[in-house]
Amino acid sequence: MEGSHAIAEAAIQAGCRFYAGYPITPSTEILEYMSHRLPQVGGVCMNAESEIEAINMVWGAAGCGVRAMIASTGQGISLMQESLAELANAQLPCVVVNMMRGQGDYFQATRGGGHGDYRHIVLAPSTVQEAVELVMLAFYLADKWRNPVDVLGDFLLGHTSEAVDFPSRDETDLPPKTWAATGARGRASHNVTPLGSPEKLNLDPGSHYAHIAAKLPRIAAAEKRCETGLLDDAEVAVVAFGSPARFVKYAVHVCREQGMKVGWVRPISLWPFPSEAVAEAAGCVRALAVFEQNAGQMIDDVRLAVLGTVPVVPIGGISHDHSGFGVGPALEPASIIARITEVYGDRVAA
Amino acid sequence: MSTPPETLHKVSAKPDLLLSTQHSLCPGCGEPLAMRSILELITELGLRDRTICVCGIGCYTAFPGIIDVDVLQALHGRAPSVATGAKRVLPDNFVFTLQGDGDMVSEGLQEIIHSAARGEKFTAVLLNNGVFGETGGHMTTTTVLGQKTKTTMETGRLAERHGYPIKIADLLAQVDGTAYVARGAMHTPAAIKWTKRILREAFEVQLAGKGFSFVEILTMCPTDWFVEPSETPDWVETNFTGTYPLGILKTP
Repeated sequence: MEGSHAIAEAAIQAGCRFYAGYPITPSTEILEYMSHRLPQVGGVCMNAESEIEAINMVWGAAGCGVRAMIASTGQGISLMQESLAELANAQLPCVVVNMMRGQGDYFQATRGGGHGDYRHIVLAPSTVQEAVELVMLAFYLADKWRNPVDVLGDFLLGHTSEAVDFPSRDETDLPPKTWAATGARGRASHNVTPLGSPEKLNLDPGSHYAHIAAKLPRIAAAEKRCETGLLDDAEVAVVAFGSPARFVKYAVHVCREQGMKVGWVRPISLWPFPSEAVAEAAGCVRALAVFEQNAGQMIDDVRLAVLGTVPVVPIGGISHDHSGFGVGPALEPASIIARITEVYGDRVAA
Repeated sequence: MSTPPETLHKVSAKPDLLLSTQHSLCPGCGEPLAMRSILELITELGLRDRTICVCGIGCYTAFPGIIDVDVLQALHGRAPSVATGAKRVLPDNFVFTLQGDGDMVSEGLQEIIHSAARGEKFTAVLLNNGVFGETGGHMTTTTVLGQKTKTTMETGRLAERHGYPIKIADLLAQVDGTAYVARGAMHTPAAIKWTKRILREAFEVQLAGKGFSFVEILTMCPTDWFVEPSETPDWVETNFTGTYPLGILKTP
């Protein structure tokens, strides 16, 4: 399946029954797929009139306890930011897919483009199969933590076709959504709000915001995910996420064949950032090289993780073809190999 | 103390669905009067157990914590979109939005028009007092010509400087997706009674699945208008109902 369709189908397999989207490249194929597939399973797909309307439709469906998803790209995600911030305060679980143009939306996703003290869990798949698994995981984590979860993909992921398997998840440990607005039949009414407690007669924004903030370290402790490879004797480790990490892995193998002791670190959760895994990798190498398709964003988190113990060298950069969608010459394996070789020469051979 | 004569009967009491009379709205405000009518109707129509109120941001955001129905709090301007998501996934529930003129007609104009055009089967209620009351009385899209606000202090709203008010009910009546559009007010006992009637009709349109229903309610703002509080009902009659005449603009 094509990546976009696999992401949409994974959402449906995970129980997503509401989708709202506004067409924007390279996320549009998710909306197309949802528009015909969701009604087949009794769900609702809205071809919304703006990104702001789309995310607030998701708000409504999520507030009623229905699994809901939205997809866009960075520009559209920018338009949604007020809602993306306040969805976290309202503790509404939903999945936000950003099919980036390149990787320039790392800050937007991990720092929160919106206002206030909130975070989204951010998962970054590098293959279509992993995208399927992380989308399904995203719905689970969103319900577990009552917090939006972002899946950060890109143009390449969305348009790569690969064979995929849709695993089933055991979610029996998730509590029922007793907090949802469904009509107060047989129970006390409640208030699903970003402004305070869900209980009536108890509107206290200060303690509510403190409660939200207190969840963040618990999420951070529980939900870090990372993959590493070839680090045992490595002198240089390359840190990369998402689709470009596939190119990096290939480049690392080629460098190994050329006699360079190189490994790789691939953060899967970008928030919480797997700082310990990166620090552990830093403990056995002479330098960390960071390959990302932007002007240098994840590299801040890498530097925070290693706190100056090893040099952290950027080897990526902004790279587009004429379309501007992030498929550029920097992804050429020869280019990545040359950049790794350069770092290796400076830090190891010298 | 003598017993009341049998002809004396109670015409008004705290609505059953109001959990507390302690709220932050000002004495003389029209919004609690509108809320009362809505809550009475929810009880009369037996809708409490399947009601979802989608509340906007304004002075009336004091209500979600004290009304005994489920509430989805929306961001400023976004209630129609939130209600769309809710009603689409729970079509058997009774869903209504509560927005002020700043929320619906200024910030959220696009959302209300698109929701109406899609024929979403919820009821949208507009509380129109022509000012941003919560911020302290600033001009909104519905401020009428000549109306003094904190951002039109010298001249009142001037067409050549500030443009014209949007008559949202008239506009929505032109949209194919709307089934019911009406305008009421809270400034006289007769108007309150009329407004409860049109709210009931709007709710019944939703319950019958006939499409998008809309009720605009003119309300007094005794604090932020530059009018003696006791004169605000008369001010509605003199200055508001010309631009916003009460009536039913569209029925199924």
